[in-house]
Amino acid sequence: MPVKVVEDWLNACSGCEISILNIGDPLLDLLPNLEFVHMTALVDHKFYGQLGEKPVTEMEIPEATVGIVSGGVRNEEQKHELEQIRKHVKVLIALGSCATYGGIPAHANMWKNDEVFEKINRHCSSTTPAPDQQDLNVPPWIPTCTAVDEVVNVDIRIPGCPPHPDWIVEALTAVLNGQTSWSLPERSVCDTCPVIREQKSGGGAVKRCFENLEFNPEEGLDKMRCINEQGVLCLGPVTLAGCAGKSGVPRCIQARTPCRGCFGPIRKGARPMVDMMGSLTSVGLDPKTVVDRRAIMNRYIGGHGFLTPLPARPAR
Amino acid sequence: MENVINIQPVTRIEGHCRVAIHLDDAGNVADTKLHIQSLRGFEKFCEGRPAEEMPRIVCHICGICPWAHHLASSKAADAVFGVTPPPAAVKLRRLMQNIAYVSDKILHFYFLAAPDFVIGPDADYSVRNVIGIVNAAPEIAKQVVHMRHLGAKLLEGFSGRAIHPTFSLPGGVSKPMTETERQAMLPSAKELLEFSKFSLKFAKENVFPKYMDAIKNIGVIRVGYLGTVAEDGALDFYDGKLRLMQPDGAYEDFSAADYLDYIGERVEPWSYQKFPYAKRWGNGEGPSMDLANPSGVYRTNALARINVVDKMATPLAQAELEEFRGAFGRPAHYTLLYHYARLIEMLQCAEQTVELLEDPEITSRDVREKIAPRAARGVGCVEAPRGTLIHDYESDGEGLIKSLNLIVGTTHNNAAMNLSVKQAASELIKGGKYDQGILNKVEMAIRAYDP
Repeated sequence: MPVKVVEDWLNACSGCEISILNIGDPLLDLLPNLEFVHMTALVDHKFYGQLGEKPVTEMEIPEATVGIVSGGVRNEEQKHELEQIRKHVKVLIALGSCATYGGIPAHANMWKNDEVFEKINRHCSSTTPAPDQQDLNVPPWIPTCTAVDEVVNVDIRIPGCPPHPDWIVEALTAVLNGQTSWSLPERSVCDTCPVIREQKSGGGAVKRCFENLEFNPEEGLDKMRCINEQGVLCLGPVTLAGCAGKSGVPRCIQARTPCRGCFGPIRKGARPMVDMMGSLTSVGLDPKTVVDRRAIMNRYIGGHGFLTPLPARPAR
Repeated sequence: MENVINIQPVTRIEGHCRVAIHLDDAGNVADTKLHIQSLRGFEKFCEGRPAEEMPRIVCHICGICPWAHHLASSKAADAVFGVTPPPAAVKLRRLMQNIAYVSDKILHFYFLAAPDFVIGPDADYSVRNVIGIVNAAPEIAKQVVHMRHLGAKLLEGFSGRAIHPTFSLPGGVSKPMTETERQAMLPSAKELLEFSKFSLKFAKENVFPKYMDAIKNIGVIRVGYLGTVAEDGALDFYDGKLRLMQPDGAYEDFSAADYLDYIGERVEPWSYQKFPYAKRWGNGEGPSMDLANPSGVYRTNALARINVVDKMATPLAQAELEEFRGAFGRPAHYTLLYHYARLIEMLQCAEQTVELLEDPEITSRDVREKIAPRAARGVGCVEAPRGTLIHDYESDGEGLIKSLNLIVGTTHNNAAMNLSVKQAASELIKGGKYDQGILNKVEMAIRAYDP
């Protein structure tokens, strides 16, 4: 008997769903074990009856063993849907960093909602200024962009932007075998990164990505110097490992670009920004010189109160 | 009391939307609306970010077409920093874009659209999906899953990430391609080309002829088109001039940097998605979503591009364009022809992937110009799978983003999708009679746009 699954995206980009498809050929072996009773991306189940006849107060989420939710929570309808999904599934999986930490869209938490709408509807250069959307069919924003576990209990978190298919398969397989928990091992990106480290840099200010890193393209990463030690900010030291799946090297480093922390903190309760500043200091760099420090170090984790509106800047 | 049919969520599309069909007392369609229900606020929260970080932030707008945002953003940031990337960097950007688009088109045609055509528009909803296709045509399904993933593996193998890339940066790209990498990618690129040829042949033999009635009826509207063409008039996904074509085929070309003179956007209270319109058409006041007289409305995405271009950039795709125009003329207005146009584009993308990998210059070591912060404005535009994608940035003296404006592919199609829904619902629902198959056909009018 296949296991019933409800899947949906909330405040999301659909990258997590594409990552499910990036399981590739093994997906065809996995599919017969899963019955998607709701999946907006691929399946035609509707919330208010297949003929659209039911009242909009009664969102219909089918009973299922597993719920998979990507995206954080941004508006009242997403919140309602999430609460309904929680009620109708046994195991809830938060898929991806938006669901786990708020993700990139939680950058919006650096402003009040009014300020965001002021810009979107009245200060975009191609837009004729207009009042904000006010219609029952357009769900209002909730106060902040939150992670899924700020609204309901979550059983399994698969972080990553996107999460690697290896972990999606592993977590789903665990659930199919009756488990109700799963998590990635607590290791840092640096623990899985083959670059050369000497625990020191040229010192001084942290450099922005104005030119490419130093490396020989004919040689592997094991011949490249650590990015932080090259003087460029890399969030590897404070980021959970796993972006390259069960094998392989961290993806952004493979692209010869620095890590920006898409798998989130290494362990619950960590303060990546504080830890990262310490890490930069330890190789002789001045962490106060990191431009746009707060946003860059909390890029994927702006839920859970990590990003909040800035206090008004003092007049210069 | 007014009777409203509420199709929610619209499925096998990307994102959150619902269709409301309002029926009058006689059970005929009085009005329809396509409500886009989500907004994230990128145009606000990118303020203050370093311009060189933008390509790896805004790619998160869309997990299906991150490469389009990644590249439009890189081009806008190139302009902000005032640099021209070296030729090999542009070729590598184009290569990644073409590979990503082949995967994207496989995804849309086979995973999202095909269930309507292969399983059938009236089939029960529980089997009308890609899993239904796996059961009905396992051999094709196996190929499809493999080929879509092959594109992703190529992107990932070379540039680290298929989804939400970091490879392209203002001034160029993060690393050159080695000869070993080039040779390793070429056979897979050729596989994608063969599969693109197969897909078009398959659809021309098994799909389009069978559904000619649906093509001639579902969602048909007569509006304008927008797309990008190279200097020689060929379809170009990465760079060129914008061409805005009126419903009768007359057109005007302009530089993407001047888009504000040609395109405006309206906010409607009932949708988070804005309504772009052609400023110089009609009364210039915004799009009219009156089916009888849809003024100011244009479409983007595959059908629009196939209509505006003088020719395709590659030989096999050009032969297909000629056949398409022979059958449907220029501009072709049937909405479901988007699927056909998409497959012709897939062929061009696959042909260009092979061409680029056979170009000796692609392995040049010179792939990035050094940049320095300055206050400037930069517009970057590419053709995303879903249409003309405009990123417009203004930076301060430290190279931080002061203000930005984005018009993304599907947004251009907002008014047109509303019109197609209205047309389809009005044609199909009469005297209060409708069933699941009819409501699915209304959704097919939306799916054609691949929103």
